[in-house]
Amino acid sequence: MVYLTRKAEFSAAHFYYVPEWPEEKNRQVFGKCANRNGHGHNYTLEVTVKGEPDPVTGFVVDLKRLKDIMEEEVVRVYDHRNLNHEVPEFAKLVPTTENIAGAIWRRLDGKIPGAALHCVRVYEMPDLSASYYGDK
Amino acid sequence: MKAHLHRRYHFSASHRLHVDALSEDANREIYGKCNNPFGHGHNYSVEITVSGPVDALTGMVMDLAELDEVVQQEVVARFDMANLNLQDDFLHTVPTTENLTTKVYERLQKLVPNVKLEQVRVEETSNNTFTYAGKEEILR
Repeated sequence: MVYLTRKAEFSAAHFYYVPEWPEEKNRQVFGKCANRNGHGHNYTLEVTVKGEPDPVTGFVVDLKRLKDIMEEEVVRVYDHRNLNHEVPEFAKLVPTTENIAGAIWRRLDGKIPGAALHCVRVYEMPDLSASYYGDK
Repeated sequence: MKAHLHRRYHFSASHRLHVDALSEDANREIYGKCNNPFGHGHNYSVEITVSGPVDALTGMVMDLAELDEVVQQEVVARFDMANLNLQDDFLHTVPTTENLTTKVYERLQKLVPNVKLEQVRVEETSNNTFTYAGKEEILR
């Protein structure tokens, strides 16, 4: 089994807010991230797939194809968007780095021909990232 | 939904790799320039990985401020701008980055609340990285 990781980048705005909570509790739990005017990050996405290399091509997956799928399913939808207001999965889900990793997994799972999705890792900044390995 | 959260911290410290039980020659041979009696230093980066269920309401595995506080107190405040050889953890253990990684894991294991400490990864330089996950398999 070989693991292959491909990176992509997107820039987006978000804020953390639970509508069922009073303003004060949101500020207490989420700090400055609760500001509903939003703030932004340059996100880095790492998608790791696994499989056996094809005996002829030596590829686990066609990298160009993987790039196109990541572009189509994620970057096109998330880049230069406000995640809370413009990306449907975050209408009722706080767009934390953890939830973004899970949401991207659900967008990509089953769409990569010939390889299984292993890990989706999302960096909000170089010192903070979240990984999701599916329901394992 | 279970997710892994990775957070990086930084500290700078000096050390000298030397084992008293070995001869001077053996120390020089094994540790090379790292055996320099005057010591040398690195800018270390520590990546902590914890895992747990993502809270359905907050969307968080854990409160980052809590993790920051524990790591700041147990690791950064302890080792930053310090001579590792003089720290309690290394009075009888050579401060290789392997051993440093293990010590950081052991210190944090008991203190990170409500989540599982998955692994600790320490970068001594951009070319040398060490990972310890206790008895668990290392994350890919």
